[in-house]
Amino acid sequence: MNQPSHSTPDSDVLVDIRDIHFTYGDRPILKGITLPIRRGKVTAIMGGSGCGKTTLMNLIGGRIKPSRGTLTVDGESVPDLRTRELFELRKRMGMLFQTGALLTDLSVFENVAFPIREHTKLPESILRKVVLMKLETVGLRGARDLMPSELSGGMARRVALARAIALEPMMIMYDEPFTGLDPISKGVIAKLIRQLNQSLGITSIVVSHDVAETCMISDYAYLVGDGRIMGEGTPTEVQKSGSEHVRQFMDGLPDGPVPYQYPADDYVTDLTRSIA
Amino acid sequence: MNTLRVLGGIVINSVERVGRAAMFLYEVLLGSWELLRRFYLVVQQVYAVGVLTLLIILVSGLFVGMVLGLQGYNTLVKFGSANSLGLLVALSLVRELGPVVTALLFAGRAGSALTAEIGLMKATEQLAGMEMMAVNPVTRVIAPRFLGGVIAMPLLTALFSAIGVMGGHLVGVGLLGVDAGAFWSQMQNGVDFHDDIMNGVIKSVVFGVVVTWISVFEGYDAVPTSEGVASATNRTVVYSSLAVLGLDFILTALTLGEV
Ligand SMILES: Nc1ncnc2c1ncn2[C@@H]1O[C@H](COP(=O)(O)OP(=O)(O)OP(=O)(O)O)[C@@H](O)[C@H]1O
Ligand SMILES: [Mg+2]
Repeated sequence: MNQPSHSTPDSDVLVDIRDIHFTYGDRPILKGITLPIRRGKVTAIMGGSGCGKTTLMNLIGGRIKPSRGTLTVDGESVPDLRTRELFELRKRMGMLFQTGALLTDLSVFENVAFPIREHTKLPESILRKVVLMKLETVGLRGARDLMPSELSGGMARRVALARAIALEPMMIMYDEPFTGLDPISKGVIAKLIRQLNQSLGITSIVVSHDVAETCMISDYAYLVGDGRIMGEGTPTEVQKSGSEHVRQFMDGLPDGPVPYQYPADDYVTDLTRSIA
Repeated sequence: MNTLRVLGGIVINSVERVGRAAMFLYEVLLGSWELLRRFYLVVQQVYAVGVLTLLIILVSGLFVGMVLGLQGYNTLVKFGSANSLGLLVALSLVRELGPVVTALLFAGRAGSALTAEIGLMKATEQLAGMEMMAVNPVTRVIAPRFLGGVIAMPLLTALFSAIGVMGGHLVGVGLLGVDAGAFWSQMQNGVDFHDDIMNGVIKSVVFGVVVTWISVFEGYDAVPTSEGVASATNRTVVYSSLAVLGLDFILTALTLGEV
């Protein structure tokens, strides 16, 4: 289960993102991001709302293609993969969506069983054992018969997590795993992320703007802002960083390099202008 | 000048959308091919569509048939040919009203539900989630629903026509005193399998493909927000109804061969 030992330092990197550019229409979202993610580690990607964190995950998962730059996962260049190869690669990555993305017409059990049923031909008796083991990992074995609509936000995310590890992936991407959860559920999710990383050696990418929780569980952190990397290092290093931009984000200051004001004309001129 | 630009924009947008819908249909058909091995997924959808529409189809069919019986009798009796009532009711239903009314009801009930369901799956990232689990949502979600609709439509149409004939019988024979033997025998002699029944079947298959195609495409193409899904559902009903009525004219003209 543990990552194999590699001799070259480069193969230590599972996801290699180099100088990635991405635009929606003609609006640049990512402007040259270089962001290596090491095997077996928990890597945090932090940044404000709308800075392109989800976009970055979609790039890693191959759902969208970068306009420039290289992106490899486990040595395979994601943007160049054909659909079939991409699907093979995706079986080895799990992704936890911001909303959980559980299939609403299937029970908890069937949701976790879904990827296994789609990709393997396990007999029903073994499938049942596997699913119950995954549910036990997230502490929801007893909730197997509930429907997604009957779950709380925290439980839904744990079920989604059980589903994400159903095929025993090499890595999991967590998109905002903490938002909208109460402190206890946040703690549970944080513990699960750490535990899956340690016991199964799953490389984890945590995308979040929850500074405290994310720093607590991550080995390395990147701070994204304005389409670029604003700071990186171990969580302690990042927290101590002198960069103004990093300071503003980590301390949650309303004004700073990221301005409080949305760009506008001069206030007084605007107020005194007569309506033409 | 500005109106022209807006108009041009609308035209370009619509052409682009139709193009996307056509490419989407191609993908769905490819996905349908793969579904042959997992046909139970399609059967589930036929069942789901049936549950949604069966009651409304049966009730409407009965009433349409009863109205046909009343109206037909009143006209026919003037020419002393009330005995042809069975034929008139059957032909109207099989050739025209069965396929068209069923398709319209189907669009309003099952089509809009399909669009809403798929649109919501998109808005809640369920489709994206499937993609990330290396499951193609077009094959797994869209294609079964498409095939389900295409299979269900002719079946529902047949039921509609059958219950409509019962309705006509109820009114014509039961209330207005048309001879039961004449009602059935005229119908049997006058309805041609090739010209009438097949005509209706072809219509219902075409309507099934078009209405379900519009429904799944609008859902899949919806803006993934609640407003987006609401307006997509709306569009499904409007476009489907227009498409059904327009195609009905074309198909009728083609089969009658008189235009
Ligand atoms: N499909 C799309 N079309 C056009 N623009 C988009 C699309 N998806 C996202 N964007 C824009 O790209 C930017 C980055 O979006 P993204 O979802 O990656 O942000 P995020 O960092 O995940 O934000 P949040 O913290 O709110 O989840 C946003 O400003 C958004 O408006
Ligand atoms: Mg996001």
